[in-house]
Amino acid sequence: MPEAKRPLPKPTPETRHFWEGTAASELRLQRCDQCRHVYFPPRPFCPKCGSRKVSVFKASGRAKLYSYVINHRPMPPFTAPYSIAVVELAEGPRMMSNIVGCAQTPEALQLDMALEVVFEKQTDEITLPFFKPAGA
Amino acid sequence: MKRKSIAVVGAAETTELGLIPDLSQIQLHADAALNAMADAGLKPADIDGLATTPEWTPVLANYLGITPSWVDGTMVGGCSFMLHVRHAAAAINEGLCNTVLITHGESGRSRVGVGGFVGNRASLEGQFEAPYGITGPTNVFTIPVLRYMKTYGVSEEQLAMVAVVQREWAAKNPRATMKDPITVADVLGSRMIAYPFRLMMCCLVTDGGGALILTSAERAKNFPRKPVYILGTGEGAESWMISQMEDFTTSKAFRVSGKKAFDEAGIAHKDVDHVMIYDAFAHLPLYGLEDLGFCKPGEAAGFIWERNTAPGGKLPVNTNGGGLSYMHSGMYGMYALQESVRQMRGIAPAQVRGAKISVCHGVGGMFGASGTIIFSNEAQ
Repeated sequence: MPEAKRPLPKPTPETRHFWEGTAASELRLQRCDQCRHVYFPPRPFCPKCGSRKVSVFKASGRAKLYSYVINHRPMPPFTAPYSIAVVELAEGPRMMSNIVGCAQTPEALQLDMALEVVFEKQTDEITLPFFKPAGA
Repeated sequence: MKRKSIAVVGAAETTELGLIPDLSQIQLHADAALNAMADAGLKPADIDGLATTPEWTPVLANYLGITPSWVDGTMVGGCSFMLHVRHAAAAINEGLCNTVLITHGESGRSRVGVGGFVGNRASLEGQFEAPYGITGPTNVFTIPVLRYMKTYGVSEEQLAMVAVVQREWAAKNPRATMKDPITVADVLGSRMIAYPFRLMMCCLVTDGGGALILTSAERAKNFPRKPVYILGTGEGAESWMISQMEDFTTSKAFRVSGKKAFDEAGIAHKDVDHVMIYDAFAHLPLYGLEDLGFCKPGEAAGFIWERNTAPGGKLPVNTNGGGLSYMHSGMYGMYALQESVRQMRGIAPAQVRGAKISVCHGVGGMFGASGTIIFSNEAQ
């Protein structure tokens, strides 16, 4: 039986800059040139004002833990229990990720704890962003 | 929609519920549809509008021998049937059709005649959520609750109480899958699925189906069953990706859908006798009670803890036992609608005595979409 693999993203023209960014160890967000709204996930227009004039920029990589579950159900190649989290980036948008570099327990995973991005290469094309406790 | 211009004249579930390994998914639709047509005294040729999911509408039309001149295949998850009711009501009022059949059937447990799920890794959720080990609703739909619990100081015991109270309702229902009494300790001691959710805080996975038949209130008088009138309807959509839900303590889709339905019905919350809130997981009645306006933000857990929604309470909620204890095939909205219709007909196993107005609220695609139908059993 082939070894189960983490389901990896298939970039599209609208998201390619994000995945090129993670491969270069950068978390890239988009900002509207008109209304300055910062948003995620990627798209070539501002979801707040509808403008097509948007720019890509490098985010700080700082975030805080907004909410999560600790999954106990088997999901190869993951080793349960593991966290599935939504983090709030310092720039405002939220994204899903896993919290790494700490115990996968309610005690270790406190809401609003400070986090920072880490990048883990999966394939030549895909590097995923994860988050770890800040300073850990 | 004009209040009480449309009525439910046929309603039924599949003959069996729970474990049905000898019927394929499309036959679950057909079994419920045939039961609903018998309930309304109709034959397939009498139906001129058809709405369904998760089967395709044209597939089912051919299977049932129906030639619809109005077709709806709206699929926004488990509340799709609330939207079908709303769309059908508008279509009948517009004169697009006269008699609409809405069906659901799902071989959720036995998986007979069901296609596989193929994830699209180029979709936004495929790129930005799937890589992080999500397996389905148990560890996606549940993610917001820790933020809700921290914001409002809600305890795990209070979350567990939702399941306890619904089991009390289920105990009164012979068709409920789970009927044995449970305690808060039982719920908290059941197997951890996705912290903080234990097994008993998660819905069942069973087989079944249901169907509704709608027509104009004027024609409804000529049907064998007491008509159940539609008083108000609402629908809404927010985000398929849980990570992009605006606020993890409240559902925008719930608020939009609920407000539309209440505004259309022209009723106050104190007028409501019975409520169904789609409960795929134990936190949903909390969000539903608050976002529909029955409780202030953060007060629903206390409201349930104090037994207001339990048998004998002032606001009976999920009186069939809900998705947690009655049944849940995957798209539960149809069963919530069926229980509202039973309550309005006065034939529910746990009948709320004298109930005149029922609010039925559904959720679909996690917190992605919502539909609300308000029923009345009074013609005037």
